[in-house]
Amino acid sequence: MAAGTPPGLRADALAKATGAERFTLDLAPADCLFAGACRPGKALNIAHGRVRGVDASAALAVPGVVCVLTAADVPGTNLQGIVHKDQPVLCGEVIRHAGDPVALVLAESAEALRRGLAALRVDIEPLPGVFDPEEALKKGAPLVHAGREGGNLLLRAVIEKGAARAALKNAPVVVRGEFSTPMQEHAFLETQCGFAQALPDGTLDMTVSTQAPFRDRFEIGHALGLDPLKIRIRAPYLGGAFGGKDGATVQCLLGLAALKAGGRPVRMAWEREESILAGYKRHAVRLRYTLGADTDGTLLALSCRLTYDTGAYAHLGVEVMELGMEHAAGPYRIPHTFIEGRCVYTNNPIAGAFRGFGVAQVSPAFEGLMDALAAKLCLDPLELRRKNALLPGDENCSGVVLTSSVRLDECLGELAAHPLWTGRAAWCEAAPPFTFRGVGLAAVFNGMGYGRGLPDMAIAKVELTEAGDFLVYNSVTDMGQGNAAAFAILAAQELNQQPGAIRLVQPDTERCHPSGSSSAGRTTYTYGNALLRACAAMRGKLLSRAAMPLFVDDLETLTLIPGGVRHTPSGRTMPLGVLARYLPRDDRISVAEFLMPVAQNPPDTGRGFQIGFPHLFFAYGAHLARIEVDGLTGRVRVCDYVAVTDGGRVLDRSCFDQQAQGGAAQGIGYALIEDFQARGGLIQTADLSTCLIPTALDLPDIESLAVDGDEPTGPRGLKGVGEVGLNGPAPALAAALEDAVGVRLRDFPLTPERVLAALKKRKTPSRRRA
Amino acid sequence: MKLSFTLNGTLVRADADPDMRAVDLLRELNALDVKEGCGTGECGACSILVDGVHKLSCLLLAAQLDGRELTTAAGLGGQAAPHPIQRAFAEHGAVQCGFCTPGMTIAAAALLAQNPDPTRLDVRRALSGNLCRCTGYVKIVDAVRAAARELADAPAETPAGEADA
Repeated sequence: MAAGTPPGLRADALAKATGAERFTLDLAPADCLFAGACRPGKALNIAHGRVRGVDASAALAVPGVVCVLTAADVPGTNLQGIVHKDQPVLCGEVIRHAGDPVALVLAESAEALRRGLAALRVDIEPLPGVFDPEEALKKGAPLVHAGREGGNLLLRAVIEKGAARAALKNAPVVVRGEFSTPMQEHAFLETQCGFAQALPDGTLDMTVSTQAPFRDRFEIGHALGLDPLKIRIRAPYLGGAFGGKDGATVQCLLGLAALKAGGRPVRMAWEREESILAGYKRHAVRLRYTLGADTDGTLLALSCRLTYDTGAYAHLGVEVMELGMEHAAGPYRIPHTFIEGRCVYTNNPIAGAFRGFGVAQVSPAFEGLMDALAAKLCLDPLELRRKNALLPGDENCSGVVLTSSVRLDECLGELAAHPLWTGRAAWCEAAPPFTFRGVGLAAVFNGMGYGRGLPDMAIAKVELTEAGDFLVYNSVTDMGQGNAAAFAILAAQELNQQPGAIRLVQPDTERCHPSGSSSAGRTTYTYGNALLRACAAMRGKLLSRAAMPLFVDDLETLTLIPGGVRHTPSGRTMPLGVLARYLPRDDRISVAEFLMPVAQNPPDTGRGFQIGFPHLFFAYGAHLARIEVDGLTGRVRVCDYVAVTDGGRVLDRSCFDQQAQGGAAQGIGYALIEDFQARGGLIQTADLSTCLIPTALDLPDIESLAVDGDEPTGPRGLKGVGEVGLNGPAPALAAALEDAVGVRLRDFPLTPERVLAALKKRKTPSRRRA
Repeated sequence: MKLSFTLNGTLVRADADPDMRAVDLLRELNALDVKEGCGTGECGACSILVDGVHKLSCLLLAAQLDGRELTTAAGLGGQAAPHPIQRAFAEHGAVQCGFCTPGMTIAAAALLAQNPDPTRLDVRRALSGNLCRCTGYVKIVDAVRAAARELADAPAETPAGEADA
């Protein structure tokens, strides 16, 4: 177990706990115009249609409506998309999903905006749609992007090593399974929002709830035909994001509105229903798997085909699928793998980044087959995993040699000794009447960083202020995961200052240095490394600058102490406030960068991917769930949950546990509760009364354990732990359910309806009677 | 219509349209600690105390505030002198993105005014109308229980809302 840092106060905790912290909308000027998008597909029940006309006359007659903009008013390419630019800011010809916008209304008040939007007349001719990725690949299927080379297939790619087909043919034991995982709504509490103003000097000044302020500039510039460097983006603390604010949400619409607002500030905030309608979702995936092993359980070969439904636009579909494919064979040693992925356009809601980026979807599949194999060979499921778990120096399923830290076996070892595992038989036997009990586990992992092909970079800036404290210019949005607080800890340690002497500037493209997005479990790792370098440079500089006024020629005798530089032999000290006034501002600033290492000699596979393949660093986890199944209603109650995580060295135990518990909570929701439904492309779970996420009564006291690791390249030895926790619950809960009732469900979520149907279909009663 | 009410101890006079929601009026009055997460009473981010009772300000009309005594999160305490619940949230890791937190602390204050020694299940029940997407609730429950212990040890400190309970 990690010794663990005693729980400290997160730098942002008290301001947020008292309601004093200001989020994006709290900062909007009072004289803002209100901008809102018209998304007619929902009201017209059309997910795919030709736009025949937008009649704004009635809307323009509404008092307080300032203007109505359509595609014809968009000055640039009118195309958004992080990698693949295929998503219009405003649709002029076709809507490809029910949330596509065709017009933008600017009004003097929220009420005038509502009336104006309601008064718009949009004529849309329905087109045949396609809502199932398998159907979308058939000849003659309606095309989501007419005339596109490749039709509805956004990308097919293969990752392989060895000769999987032959190895499967010769494998003594083979298990197979088909799985499906659903869309998932991020349901961050702060919906997509921002405000913007076109300044007299031509700057477009924006404050946005965004995970990628530096990249946003280029996306907005491309879509609206603006010089990206005349766009300033500020990103205050976000009220949650989880991937759903990675990419354009309000940005281009808001920029367009600001260009047409006559210099006035404009705000845009999606209401919850709009957030669900137009926001990005986790990709729904179908998975077909075959796993071969020797009779002793040694894994020999794995073959699978994954079909990702990217919805109406590419967004990050290819990149999400890439990461899923790279994890598709699990955290195991398997000599032969063949992993095929297809990413397919449909007229469903747009899929995109979501914590566990493609990996949450494959985890229940590879773990489902590990349980099937254990059952077939009468092996203990935990021992089967330990037997095959990746170790340092192994080659993973993509052919990457793991030179980074790997502590999966230690995670599984923690579970093996855990009383909830060792005591499982007795606990299950004691099930109350009409109740089944079961215990399941899962081994999971999640890559860190962008992978090869896209530099995973951050630039940190630290300033000694005239007052003698330090400003850290954070370039990587804090969406709640606590990276900003971690930066304050790292800076305080490296500069040997009290935590209160470190102040944070949140991302602002004018004041901070360009860095990658807040995503991919990279935030604290990459920026943290850059920050340690910047702080080390600052320390060296301050010692050297203090030497002259202190009459010291041996820098070795100087020490940076809280609030000053001390000459150790004499005890003479120069306060930092004095030293700061002695230096011009540009000498009080240190800037340093860090680039995440990538796999050297990458395997010659995954050629379909321009960026992102392969990854070198992974966080690992082993999860355990104890559940009760109500034999009469099919409801699954999670009684206990344990997440053991290898995130390298633990910098702050409280923040570490927050990530493990929060990730597992979202994963439990994904596995059991969050039954996101779109029929014919129309979202049935349109608000938070039907699009359910776990409440405090739906979750157990999730226990977070850390194994003591060390990633030598990480800042203070840490790895990113933001994502891995989400991947464990779906497989662990499906295993627990199988343990309880004797049936493996392979379609998620594990709703009471599905559980009841499985109970009825059961051929033999469970070994544990209800 | 003309309204007057007490907001965090200060008498406020305001003019509001009859169909204006309480959450909009409060935010207009710069009570920006009151958040809106859904507008339909599902998430609890807009929680306030009205005469000591936990209410959702997105489901109240501004007119319903007339003559009432309102407490928002900022009325419980501030950064210089946080309420024990707020300090416990910060110290126990119950704050991540922080958007649900003001409403969550209001729900916690309402609970502790009614039940000064809640079990973990009591806390979970009382907060089940307040959604948090970040934490998984474990540390929030820890924080509320810790605040309850602290308030029990220091009976002089009265949580807001208890006055009328």
